[in-house]
Amino acid sequence: MTGMIIEGKTASWEVICGVEIHCQIISKSKIFSGASTHYGSDTNENVSFVDAGMPGMLPTLNEHCVYQAVKTGLGLNAKINKYSAFARKNYFYADLPQGYQITQFQYPIVGEGHVTIDLADGSTKDIGIERLHIEQDAAKSIHDMAPDKSFIDLNRAGVGLMEIVTKPDFRAPEEVGAFLRKLRSILRYLGTCDGNMDEGSMRCDVNVSVRKVGEEGYRTRCEMKNVNSVKFVMQAIENEAKRHVEVYESGGKIEQETRKFDASTGLTKPMRKKEYAHDYRYFPEPDLLPLVLDDDYIAKVKTDMVELPDAKRARFVKELGLTAYDAAVICENKETADFFEKAALGHDAKKVANWLMGDFFAMLNEKKLELKDSPITAENLGKLVELVTSNVINGKTAKDVFVIMAETGGDPEKIVEEKGLKQVTDTGAIEAIVDEVIASAPDNVAAYKAGKSNLLGWFVGQVMKKSQGKANPAIVNKMIAEKLK
Amino acid sequence: MAIDKETVKKIAFLSHLKIDDDKIEETEDEFNKILNWVEQLSEVNTDGVEPLVSVNDTNLTLRQDVVTEGNQADAVLKNAPQAQYGYFTVPKVVE
Repeated sequence: MTGMIIEGKTASWEVICGVEIHCQIISKSKIFSGASTHYGSDTNENVSFVDAGMPGMLPTLNEHCVYQAVKTGLGLNAKINKYSAFARKNYFYADLPQGYQITQFQYPIVGEGHVTIDLADGSTKDIGIERLHIEQDAAKSIHDMAPDKSFIDLNRAGVGLMEIVTKPDFRAPEEVGAFLRKLRSILRYLGTCDGNMDEGSMRCDVNVSVRKVGEEGYRTRCEMKNVNSVKFVMQAIENEAKRHVEVYESGGKIEQETRKFDASTGLTKPMRKKEYAHDYRYFPEPDLLPLVLDDDYIAKVKTDMVELPDAKRARFVKELGLTAYDAAVICENKETADFFEKAALGHDAKKVANWLMGDFFAMLNEKKLELKDSPITAENLGKLVELVTSNVINGKTAKDVFVIMAETGGDPEKIVEEKGLKQVTDTGAIEAIVDEVIASAPDNVAAYKAGKSNLLGWFVGQVMKKSQGKANPAIVNKMIAEKLK
Repeated sequence: MAIDKETVKKIAFLSHLKIDDDKIEETEDEFNKILNWVEQLSEVNTDGVEPLVSVNDTNLTLRQDVVTEGNQADAVLKNAPQAQYGYFTVPKVVE
């Protein structure tokens, strides 16, 4: 796929983009204190004196946050740095009680890697990962509770974050969208971040610049912070890139600055000037020694790795015969993939996939249910497919059984047994009905023989009706065609 | 390395410290004294010497991921100059 090109008045421009993603680490306690990370607790209840920035309090690193970062690094095909160190990033803001953020600067825990994204035309592209480092989250500010005050809740202050920085490898908004979806999928498979952009557990900063097609090097970029959905991220990039082109073409200059995305207009406007905001005066964190990991530790984390979406997808295509599209849909989230694999075990996987993506997803949607609350278990979905493939019931009956399963949560084998829904494959019984139908409609028989071949469907329909839908349609079809020759 | 008046003002701004105009020269002088004193370190030859991160020759001790603190909002807010409804409150900071 080629990137996005903006046709200006004087030249064609290409879009250059890189992103920084802040991902809240899934852990019970905060990265440097023993306070809970639980979301939705009462105001300021999950706060230790470390998080509150009280004098003399010392941070201690949470081993699980380290584990989660290493696991994520492996999931990003990245180099794990055995030596990493913490730094202080100084800035003065109401949501930062310490007056500095403990982060990693010169020595991040994870180095270069890559993520493969899937594009709409079926092609793939590797996006370079520059680094992943761990740091603490800031407090939450609420600005609309009083006209002249901001309200600060420290519950989020000190929750562990992984900041993932990509290389400026994106050339179109769609590529960034595909990356965010893939990253979210990987993080959820790994269980290291829940990836909910709307709840702020995954937050995206976007850097955008443009350059003339064929031009070397990069022009000045602007950063947009905390754009909180995939759709908005894509919109923000497109509009910001167009703004750059307009500025350049009218003889202007782009200032390096942070801009705020306004979801109601889709446009960006200046937020703060970089020369001040980015003077963070980093220095080594004196309260924490460097973090040293050994090969045994990294090997141990490797043994805990799960099969990631790309690998799972490839396996479903190769071993289970799914189409690339079906495999991609099913593997986007781990719960669906696990459900599918359980349902498909020992049955026709392709048919199970069709049921899952068709009637089954439609049923969940209609009932507004999550997969985990489905009345139909994976085993029962598999059994239903088996009943069809082994000719116990026909496809139409299967749809009826499915509806009953969705209502009662019942076992399809029992439903078929109890309701007497087994299809009639006894050719003698079917033949009797076929003969009856043919005898009752001499006009249609004559018309069919005279060349109205589409009447075959009418005969089949009559036979199916008389058998209460239980006759095997393939046998019926064949038999009628034979008899009317 | 020398600090000038503009740098003093910038650092004061970044730190949200108010330095009166008649104190700027004095502060500039203090900064430069500190820097000059530290500058003596550059007399030492450090070719091939790795930066020292800590004088403690031990490894970083990690904590288990267990919740051990919390439920002390009253204590946390006790020294707040302003608090309301269980929140810290500050002059409005919206950009």
